[in-house]
Amino acid sequence: MSKILIRGAKVLGGEPQDVLIDGETIAEVGTGLSADGAEVVEADGKVLLPGLVDLHTHLREPGREDSETVLTGTRAAASGGYTAVFAMANTFPVADTAGVVEQVYRLGQEHGYCDVQPIGAVTVGLEGQKLAELGAMHESAAGVTVFSDDGKCVHDAVIMRRALEYVKAFGGVVAQHAQEPRLTEGAQMNEGVVSAELGLGGWPAVAEESIIARDVLLAEHVGSRVHICHLSTAGSVEIVRWAKSRGIDVTAEVTPHHLLLTDELVRSYNPVYKVNPPLRTERDVLALREALADGTIDIVATDHAPHPHEDKDCEWAAAAMGMVGLETALSVVQETMVETGLLDWAGVADRMSFTPARIGQAAGHGRPVSAGEPANLTLVDTAYRGAVDPAGFASRSRNTPYEGRELPGRVTHTWLRGKATLVDGKLT
Amino acid sequence: MQRHLISAADLTRDDAVLILDTAEEMARVADRPIKKLPTLRGRTIVNLFFEDSTRTRISFEAAEKRLSADVINFSAKGSSVSKGESLKDTAQTLEAMGVDAVVIRHGASGAPYRLANSGWIDAAVINAGDGTHQHPTQALLDAFTMRRRLVGRDTGLGQDLSGKRITLVGDVLHSRVARSNVDLLHTLGAEVTLVAPPTLLPVGIESWPCEVSYDLDSTLPKSDAVMMLRVQRERMHAAFFPTEREYSRRYGLDGDRMARMPEHAIVMHPGPMVRGMEITAEVADSDRCTVVEQVANGVSIRMAVLYLLLGGNEPAVTHTRTTEEK
Repeated sequence: MSKILIRGAKVLGGEPQDVLIDGETIAEVGTGLSADGAEVVEADGKVLLPGLVDLHTHLREPGREDSETVLTGTRAAASGGYTAVFAMANTFPVADTAGVVEQVYRLGQEHGYCDVQPIGAVTVGLEGQKLAELGAMHESAAGVTVFSDDGKCVHDAVIMRRALEYVKAFGGVVAQHAQEPRLTEGAQMNEGVVSAELGLGGWPAVAEESIIARDVLLAEHVGSRVHICHLSTAGSVEIVRWAKSRGIDVTAEVTPHHLLLTDELVRSYNPVYKVNPPLRTERDVLALREALADGTIDIVATDHAPHPHEDKDCEWAAAAMGMVGLETALSVVQETMVETGLLDWAGVADRMSFTPARIGQAAGHGRPVSAGEPANLTLVDTAYRGAVDPAGFASRSRNTPYEGRELPGRVTHTWLRGKATLVDGKLT
Repeated sequence: MQRHLISAADLTRDDAVLILDTAEEMARVADRPIKKLPTLRGRTIVNLFFEDSTRTRISFEAAEKRLSADVINFSAKGSSVSKGESLKDTAQTLEAMGVDAVVIRHGASGAPYRLANSGWIDAAVINAGDGTHQHPTQALLDAFTMRRRLVGRDTGLGQDLSGKRITLVGDVLHSRVARSNVDLLHTLGAEVTLVAPPTLLPVGIESWPCEVSYDLDSTLPKSDAVMMLRVQRERMHAAFFPTEREYSRRYGLDGDRMARMPEHAIVMHPGPMVRGMEITAEVADSDRCTVVEQVANGVSIRMAVLYLLLGGNEPAVTHTRTTEEK
């Protein structure tokens, strides 16, 4: 592998600098670096970030290859500026054994677009009854450290307590999909003014908040750390803020769509807006942005959830829940956090790379852009503004809520350990 | 008027009054020996019913036939839908057969809206009840019944329901009838009060253009019409109320309660009634109860809606009467 000189890049949004990649690592960062023997990429004022890390992706393989595969999903990831993604366990079969997580891990390595770190199921078959072999998944070649029944909540308090305790033995973390199941039977959208009018079953905020409250208290009691997936309400923010002030070891993520969209969009009955947890209100959106800015919410995670066209081209109740997000995440964060002045690019690097890598223990990812570090990098044309065109997605699915919406920012280059996976917006 | 009828909230006051007035004209047809107008001759209407419904389907069918439309009845049971065919494919299949309008009843809230707005088909879409969302023709026939009874058959023409106090009692949470009625009655200037136990009122109801009360007895003396909504017995298994008897005692309409209503006030019910639950036989069978009248009015209203949506370019009923007299 040869040398690459990225010339004039605003590293983490700072003053323009040159970054020299040699092989798999960053050799030098400075000004006026020699281009001798190196392929030159003129950054021309674009922002250079550490490769993004997504703690919450659904790659669908094995089992639902009609919606996404490890190959198409990691290509979408590279396209969106990601160099590592954590693949959720709700596949068919469920990733609840060493065999399945190793398969997913190896597929990621073979394709080479993005590191794939499998997440293991907490319970066998995501059924919430019996712990999966968490230790075996950790010791497998996949080295699983994050466990989640995402899609379903670990609702039984005793099972949750045991899982939190058990993974301490190998430094794991449980990522909770906070959804009290009884309070959300038949739930179709956020419960509130809009659901009352539309006659769609309500998904009340309290169903999320009550589980988060319980789980931070459980984590405190057993001295474990807990991660909250896709936090979506202003009340959840308050609970996490309180827990952190008490010293409880909790981290939380927010999705791009919960930073931008509200349940008013459901008035169209277009299932492209159907997602779990559901789109909430303007008040929630503003609370989530503020919490991401002040660090109460630690990271942005996409909850990239591909679905085939037919699962969205139908009536609301029959539609699948979820949105694709890998290829639009950074643009939505720029729109909602950077252009609003809530975060600078260093803050974006923290919420989308440094901290998710730390929570998920993704070795070699989320590292500073400095000499000697692995060359996992993302170059962003932040001056770009354009309408989202799903036809250009690398993902196999097109279920984006942003079709036709104008958003800022475009990832032009992504490097995974010095190897370009995206060049001038085109996958290699 | 819009091309589709999806929600009572889509109707302006003038739209609604036009439909009520047209329905009065249509009602005269029912008084004739030959109950038929040639207005929709050669037009094909499909009644696409994904949910069981006897009275609404028959009412639409009667209206369509009185307007001389060709009628196709489609019920999901035993059809390709039960074999997994999607709403989109079913609708496109029917449209390929040359359907001009689709009257749809569906268990999923928003299904008619999707059908009308997704570019799947071109036909006019009429919502005959979707999930717990809307049932606009029911609200129209209810308003028609109220106007006749509370304003007058002839004096009511061109009028709305300004100042009339309408009370709806029962399972508002699961009721498309309640949602449609609140929207339409508000548009027509009526003052609406919803009465139910708090468990049967949706969270978010505070944004609705109506009053809400948990107490039936205090509301009755201030009502010009009291509409009882059906309460399914199964609801008590989901803890919406403790027992059937307790529900009846607190929210059922019996003779004693009816006596507390103003003398001119009427009792309404969209049907099917659960006698002994929300309404006693004594009330259901009394002269003040308009249940049967509502059914008859339903046909007139649906004729008016179909006429205005499908034949609306021609100058309404006067024209069709002339044609018929030829």
